[in-house]
Amino acid sequence: MKRRDFLKYTAPAAILPTVINGFSIKAFAGSPMLNALAGAADNDHVLVMIQLTGGNDGLNMVIPLDIYSKYQAARTNIAIQEGKVLALDNYKKSGLHPAMKGIQELYNNGKVSIVQSVGYPTPNFSHFRATDIWLTGSNSDEVLTTGWGGRYLDTQYPGFPDGYPNDKAPDPLAIQIGSIVSPAFQGANASMGIAITSATDFYNLIDGVMDPVPNTKWGKELEYIRLIAKQTNSYEQSIKKAAGKVTSQGAYPANNYLAEQLKIVARLVAGGLKTKLYMVSTGGFDTHANQTEGGDTSKGGHANLLGGVSDAIKAFMDDLKGLHASRRVVGMTFSEFGRRIKSNFSMGTDHGAAAPMIIFGDYVNQGVLGNSPAIPDNSAVADNIPMQYDFRSIYASILEQWFCVEPTDLQKIMGKDYQRLPLVSGVACGTITSIPELNTDGKKLIINSPNPFTSYTTITYTTGSGNTMIQIFDTAGRLLSVPVNKVHSPGTYSFTFDGQQLPTGLYYARFQNGPIQQVRPMLKVN
Amino acid sequence: MDRRQFLTLSPDRQKRPFSVTGRTGSGLNPYTGNWTDLELIHLLKRTLFGVNPATYNAFKGMSMQQAIDTLLTPQSIPQPPVNNYGIDDTGVTPGATWVKAPLGDEMLEQKRIFSYKAWWTGQMINQQHSIHEKMVLFWHNHFVTETSMVRDSRFIYQYNLTLRQYALGDFKALTKAITLDPAMLVYLNGTLNSKGAADENYARELHELFTVGKGPDSHYTEDDVRATARVLTGYRVDRTTITSKFDTTQHDIGNKQFSSFYQNKVISGKTGTDGMSELDDLLNIIFLQPEVSKFICRKLYRFFVYYDIDAATETNVIAPLAEIFRSSGFDIKTTLNALLCSEHFFDPLNMACLIKSPADFCIGICREYNIAFPTNYPDQYAAWMVIQSRADNMLQNFGDPPLVAGWDAYYQEPAFHELWINTDTLPKRNKLSDGLISNNGINNLKIDVLAYAGSLPNPEDPILLIDDVVKLLYRVVVSDNLKAFLKNSILLSGQSPDSNYYWTQAWNAYIASPTNATLKENVETRLQALFKYIMNLSEYQLA
Repeated sequence: MKRRDFLKYTAPAAILPTVINGFSIKAFAGSPMLNALAGAADNDHVLVMIQLTGGNDGLNMVIPLDIYSKYQAARTNIAIQEGKVLALDNYKKSGLHPAMKGIQELYNNGKVSIVQSVGYPTPNFSHFRATDIWLTGSNSDEVLTTGWGGRYLDTQYPGFPDGYPNDKAPDPLAIQIGSIVSPAFQGANASMGIAITSATDFYNLIDGVMDPVPNTKWGKELEYIRLIAKQTNSYEQSIKKAAGKVTSQGAYPANNYLAEQLKIVARLVAGGLKTKLYMVSTGGFDTHANQTEGGDTSKGGHANLLGGVSDAIKAFMDDLKGLHASRRVVGMTFSEFGRRIKSNFSMGTDHGAAAPMIIFGDYVNQGVLGNSPAIPDNSAVADNIPMQYDFRSIYASILEQWFCVEPTDLQKIMGKDYQRLPLVSGVACGTITSIPELNTDGKKLIINSPNPFTSYTTITYTTGSGNTMIQIFDTAGRLLSVPVNKVHSPGTYSFTFDGQQLPTGLYYARFQNGPIQQVRPMLKVN
Repeated sequence: MDRRQFLTLSPDRQKRPFSVTGRTGSGLNPYTGNWTDLELIHLLKRTLFGVNPATYNAFKGMSMQQAIDTLLTPQSIPQPPVNNYGIDDTGVTPGATWVKAPLGDEMLEQKRIFSYKAWWTGQMINQQHSIHEKMVLFWHNHFVTETSMVRDSRFIYQYNLTLRQYALGDFKALTKAITLDPAMLVYLNGTLNSKGAADENYARELHELFTVGKGPDSHYTEDDVRATARVLTGYRVDRTTITSKFDTTQHDIGNKQFSSFYQNKVISGKTGTDGMSELDDLLNIIFLQPEVSKFICRKLYRFFVYYDIDAATETNVIAPLAEIFRSSGFDIKTTLNALLCSEHFFDPLNMACLIKSPADFCIGICREYNIAFPTNYPDQYAAWMVIQSRADNMLQNFGDPPLVAGWDAYYQEPAFHELWINTDTLPKRNKLSDGLISNNGINNLKIDVLAYAGSLPNPEDPILLIDDVVKLLYRVVVSDNLKAFLKNSILLSGQSPDSNYYWTQAWNAYIASPTNATLKENVETRLQALFKYIMNLSEYQLA
């Protein structure tokens, strides 16, 4: 029986567990949370993807307070002042960039999950290639012609575009605002998305305004064809209808391109459009130079960018709340890569690897997943942040926990069984479980000895049940080997790691077991 | 079907008031202004199906007259269509031509007609740098036959050859050849036209649709139609020799009286095979009437320039062009030359305003991207058929116009060419371009965006690349905003507008290692998105 069917027929009955995450179910009686149970059955959930184009400097967005001196040493010219870092409730190891008060507030209200060091093995440092990897969900050395969102929609709406729109799927499956349709929405047969290329286009569409044409023969013909194009845009009516239902919205920050886009998304979601995926984007994160001011590192270009993102998301969530639609939405930020650990001499940072992602929404589990990135004592220019989580784990978790995708479909979409992280409350899909204990502080799940080592070192790890994987990365994030990847019985295991052929330097052993991961730095010396 | 039904669709054939201003007063004087890419590409787009970089380069060094002379050079007669359908119980082996074979049964004839339609589509796709193929289509729309009514593949092919042979030649000779063409004799009941009970079908269309037309000054009478029918009695077809013949016993040998519109001429009835010469007498009478040349010139104008003919155009273009047509002895090439060389043709107000016909769209898209077709005939015919059926779905079935009047986009006032675009056909156009630009293509037909970009002079420069692409694919002036959007959002993937080098690096990296899959993908996906976007905009529907 499908989970959704299960819910549809039994949700109102007394079969529900009485406790959700430690709270009595009664606390949610008649609340949006309980309504979400029915929502899951109708699958009216929405994912809003916020693309931060250019490669966002994650290390200055989520600042490691527990290793602040290492961070400060690596970034003497642009490190955010310790005292200005925004604190997170009940979490001391890291905090947010001072410009991100909106995200701080959402976090403290229990609506944000921060996932540390998200990346993939053997990262690519080209904007184009890295973007394609993120949008398609491919491996570093693999070319996929479909997007991860497109593959998801393919499983839900087979045969698209033939026969669409229809009674069951009257609305666009995916909407891109602010650009051309993202490769993320490319399905097997067609792009599953439509683009609203600018806010002006959107409001023109709502208001029925057409671009002016000159009063010439070709102007006349162009106007005619545009009129037909408008009439044949099969989704125009449904978009207009949804937008028309929302006559007033909350306040959004001015001169904020991302906010403009999210305002449109809020309007469409609240207007009842059944579109599942939205993509918005904002650029300028390629901060090779002058990302902070010289005098006050909490100010400058990157601060403006992060402040813009934070303000826009906060306004968006507030607006959705006012429109009684916030429970339908999960959002996430992503960028094609993070930036180098060490800052450069032009007050900037160069193309890097793993970076944190921000997941937000009423049903997002509050918390910071993962540890502060491992920063070497003396960072070299080429050092990169080692990945703690694969970005496809985020996708897989959202698909499973927010879109209630069945395991077989999940395998089809992602091509592999990626580690799943507890990002979204089990309430959303009716799979109500407690959040597993993820706090591994003080526990050494993976160690190596000797460390430093010259040729050989023994890696010892302690695993629970299920699949256990150990990956070895270099400081550039290149995946060197996967010495362990199998189902273990719970217990402690050891093996000898052969580093004879490796150049001296820092390596990372990444341990993964269920939702848990830990990264162990290993230093090879002469 | 009542072929005359179309007449009732348009009771009001008066000129509608035309609200567009900026009407041009330019006429038929030879154009002597700047000869730039703007004018050259306008000329090429109107006379050919689509312009690809190679075609553009071939013409680039030519003067206007050299370019027009090249375009007005007829092509030679192509290889005939072949058996691509397999079993043929008249003995035509696969790969051999069926055009001289015995008539097959209904199913075999249908297969041959599909072969014919694929073949014709292939001729258009493989057109040379000549207006010839467009003129064959023009004459098909003028001297219409329908395969679904002729039903003899050999006649149908023969008809196509007749159009080809005279496409750029003598219109009067073409009219005579078509009158005697077996397919036309079958289509408009000429084979049933006998003394004592003349069938007026062809006779009426000869006046109304093929020569003097139905213009405001065309006043042929019903008596003229009857007299013409009597002149044309006795023609039959021979399905063994695949020719027409004259049955003297069925010819009306009486005298035929024409109206004052035709100067009250009389054709003396003749006996025996002399009766065949009455056709020459008939055409001499009809072609004396100046309406013939005006009617044909208006049709040429609507096909190659624009559909609306206002009073100024009638005076400044149609009248002098008709005079040239007449004085040249109805020489089509001379007449086209005068039109294509004219100030009026190159008037900016007459550019970019022609809505692409389905032929222009479907054949054009294959040609302008130089889409690779299979070279072995079974796959090649199948691929040609894909394009043919797409054009059919968009309302233009080559070989089967809806009526004897041709496609309504060329005569139906007031909408004319706008009739090609409606809520059904426009999505089909988008679907074709979306399919061809996709990774999978359509039945192995696929736009090679890398080859296309590589054939442009500066593919590594995103600004020049977009300039060149837009120059060749669009006729409408494109705003700087749109160009910036194409560059920044697509080629630069939303990176900083100042970071053109990201595209340059990506392109150069691909060129340096063309077999590297990820480097190829980097540029290929972005180019696919670029061309998809360009073809989805309404601007792409205009030529």
